[in-house]
Amino acid sequence: MIEINHVNKWYGPSFQALKDCTTSVAKGEVVVVCGPSGSGKSTLIKCVNALEPIQGGDIVLDGIKVNDPKTDLPKLRSRVGMVFQHFELFPHLRIIDNLCLAQEKVLGRKHDDAVVTAMKLLDRVGLKDHAKKFPAELSGGQQQRVAIARALAMNPIAMLFDEPTSALDPEMISEVLDVMVDLAREGMTMMVVTHEMGFANKVADRVIFMDRGEIVEDAKKADFFGTPRSDRAQKFLSKILQH
Amino acid sequence: MTMLGNFDFDVIRRALPYLFFEGMRFTLTLTALAAFGGLVFGTMIALMRLSSYKWLGRIAGFYVDFIRSLPLVLVIFWFYFLVPYIGQWLTGASRPITVGAFASSLITFIAFEAAYFSEIMRAGIQSISKGQPAAASALGLTYAQSMRYVVLPQAFRNMLPVLLTQTIVLFQDTSLVYVLSIPDFLGAASKVAQRDGRLVEMYLFAALVYFVISCVASFGVRRLQSRIAIVR
Repeated sequence: MIEINHVNKWYGPSFQALKDCTTSVAKGEVVVVCGPSGSGKSTLIKCVNALEPIQGGDIVLDGIKVNDPKTDLPKLRSRVGMVFQHFELFPHLRIIDNLCLAQEKVLGRKHDDAVVTAMKLLDRVGLKDHAKKFPAELSGGQQQRVAIARALAMNPIAMLFDEPTSALDPEMISEVLDVMVDLAREGMTMMVVTHEMGFANKVADRVIFMDRGEIVEDAKKADFFGTPRSDRAQKFLSKILQH
Repeated sequence: MTMLGNFDFDVIRRALPYLFFEGMRFTLTLTALAAFGGLVFGTMIALMRLSSYKWLGRIAGFYVDFIRSLPLVLVIFWFYFLVPYIGQWLTGASRPITVGAFASSLITFIAFEAAYFSEIMRAGIQSISKGQPAAASALGLTYAQSMRYVVLPQAFRNMLPVLLTQTIVLFQDTSLVYVLSIPDFLGAASKVAQRDGRLVEMYLFAALVYFVISCVASFGVRRLQSRIAIVR
C-alpha cells in the first residue's frame, strides 16, 4: 500500500532530515513509527502524502508515485486520511461543516449525503451531540476524535497519524487511542507516529525506530519489544518505558 | 455682538438635503465601492506576495511600495487629467478618451486601498498557522480551495476590525476628491459655503459630520472587536 524507497530529504542546503529511508506498509497493516524528537519521524509521514517534498528516492502510494510531478496530488491526498498533532480542525466552521467541507468540495458529494456520512462518523467517535458546536467549544481529546472522523469521512484507503496524542492532556489520551485501536482492529491500513508504546503493543504489526533521519530498526512488534537489535533503540525504549 | 451671533445656522438647515442626498450619498458610495474593490484586489495582491513564485511576489511588492510612496491627492489629480491622454495614446483615438470624475476617482481609490488592504490581508493570512492549509491539503483540497474555504475566511475574520478601521480612514480620505471639484460631502459643503459666503459655518458643520460618523463607526468597530475576541 505504502512503499518508501531510499528517500532522502534536506531542509535547506545543509540539514538532512531523512537519510536513505526504506520501508513499507502493507494493506491492513498497522505500523508504528517512534524515535526521539528531531529524528525525522513526522517528516517521514508528511512525505507519504507529499505535504513535504522529497529530494531523492521514491514514495509509492497504492501504485501511484507520490513524487512524480504529473501526479494529481489533491486527488491522491483525498484518498489518504491524515491526523495531526494539533488537530487542525477549521475553527471558523462548525464540527459538522468540518466533516462536510472536503466531502462536498473534493468528492463532490451532495450536502445531505455528506451530512449523513458525517453524523454516522461523529456517532462512531461518540460526538454526535456536538455536531453544531465550534471546535473551540470542545476539549482537545474531543477535537482529535473529530479530526479522525473528518479524515474517515473521505473513505480513505489508509490513515496517517502524526503524533495524534502528543498535544493532549494525559486524561484525554485514552479516548483518542480507543478510537484508533478500533480502527486498527477493523483492518484499516495505518501508519502512526507516536510515543504511545501501549498502543503499539496492542495493535501494531511492525514498529519502526528512527534516529537522526535514519530508520534504525524496522521489526515485527514482538521482535522490537523483545530484543531491539540496535543500542539506540534499546536506550530509547528503556527511557520511555520507565514511566 | 458675540462671534456666534454672526453665525447663520439656517444656511446649514437649508443645505441639508443637498449635503446629504447628493454629497453624502456620493461619499458613501465611493467609500463602499472603493473598500470592496480594494479588498478584492488587495487580497489578490496579498496572495501574489505570499506566492511561491518569487517574481509574482516581487511585482506585488513593488506595486505596494510604489503606491505607498505617492501622495494620494496628487494621484487623484494626475489620474483624472492624465488618463484621458494615456487612453488616447493606448487606443490610438483621435481625441482624449473621456473618463468621468466618479470613475476616475473610484479607480484611483481602489488602486490605493488595494495596496493598504493587501498589507492587512497579508498579515491576516500569515496569522493563520501553517497547519491549517496543511490539513486542508491533506483532505484533498486544492490550493485555491484551501485559500477560499479555510485560510481566507479566517484571515478576513481576524483582520475585520483592522479592515474596518482602514475603511473609516478611507471614508475621510474620499474628501480629497474635492481637487476634481466633485460634489462629495465636503465638495457639496464647500460649494454652498462659497455660494452663500458662509465658509465658517459650512466647514465647521462638515468637520462635525465627519467627526461624528467616524467616531460612531470606530466605536462600533471596537465593540465588534471585543465580540470577536470572545468567540475565538
